[in-house]
Amino acid sequence: MTTWHIILIASAATLALKLVGHLVPAGFLERERPARIADLLTVALLAALIAVQTLGVGQEIVVDARVPALIVAAALYALRVPFIVVVAVAALVAAGIRALG
Amino acid sequence: MNERTAADATAAGDGDGEGDGAEERSTAVRDSLAVGLATAIYGVSFGALSVAAGLDIWQTCFLSLVMFTGGSQFALVGVLASGGVAAGGSAIATAAMLGIRNVVYGMRMKPIVDDVDPTTGRGSIWRRIAAAWVTIDESTAVALAQPNDRAARVGFWVTGITIFVGWNLTTLAGALIGDAIGDTRAWGLDAAAAAAFLGLLWPRLKRFQAGAVAVAAAVVATLTTPVLMPGLPVLVAAVVAIVVGWFNLFDRRRTS
Repeated sequence: MTTWHIILIASAATLALKLVGHLVPAGFLERERPARIADLLTVALLAALIAVQTLGVGQEIVVDARVPALIVAAALYALRVPFIVVVAVAALVAAGIRALG
Repeated sequence: MNERTAADATAAGDGDGEGDGAEERSTAVRDSLAVGLATAIYGVSFGALSVAAGLDIWQTCFLSLVMFTGGSQFALVGVLASGGVAAGGSAIATAAMLGIRNVVYGMRMKPIVDDVDPTTGRGSIWRRIAAAWVTIDESTAVALAQPNDRAARVGFWVTGITIFVGWNLTTLAGALIGDAIGDTRAWGLDAAAAAAFLGLLWPRLKRFQAGAVAVAAAVVATLTTPVLMPGLPVLVAAVVAIVVGWFNLFDRRRTS
């Protein structure tokens, strides 16, 4: 598989899902349990991605400048600072710690 | 998106047809432009992170044009950044699973955006495809927040189109920036990716159940990282959502 294959398959899948919502009669996902699972699936995947992105280096768990950067980001989101500002500050914190260390 | 907004929208849906609604529609346009422009800006971070993950500028722009759903886009490049092409299967699966919520959004938006032809009783297929293409968190949220169906339709289209145009332009800008800066770790872009995921997760944590799933999924992903191929820990963590969602565990309102 090349990077282009991955991109094409993933894009086709996500676009197909969007079309399903608009073209297929509502039914299955309108029910309570599937709707709840779809909702929680998003939460679980995002949380797992945060963990891997913050602590993972390949198959190792490494605590480094990313951890304080994420803590600062969480504090800023709690203060309702806009997304793009938080992302930039998180990068700055990690870059600053690495430059000093 | 949570059940409260969906319920609000159902309750508000009956208001259609009273007065000409011009004021509601111009409010909808204002809401849409505010949300749309704010959202479009962070295409810069996607573009930069995507190039940092090893995608080229064409591949990065293709994702924003065709995939066009932020969570899946960030996830795809995030998994590829940690596992490379070998993690391609996991990258596709993660992006696709994050796209499942768009099915739910589409079902909620269909009756609002469908402009049914009174003679044939059917909506235009092209309009439906366009609507599906721009069905994302923000266009759905703005539409559901409007007081009646006509304002909701305006909100959906203006938000969706504003973000589509803006997101693609800022993706290109971000990709060019990412291409120019070279060593992405020194610039803290790996931490920026984590902060971006946190920003997508944050508004979904209002309920206790969601918070519990987030913590458990993060723990599972961390614990399985040393023993599984890169990309797989995220998929394993998704099982948490299926188990908790199926049995409706931890279902109590957060009281703070």
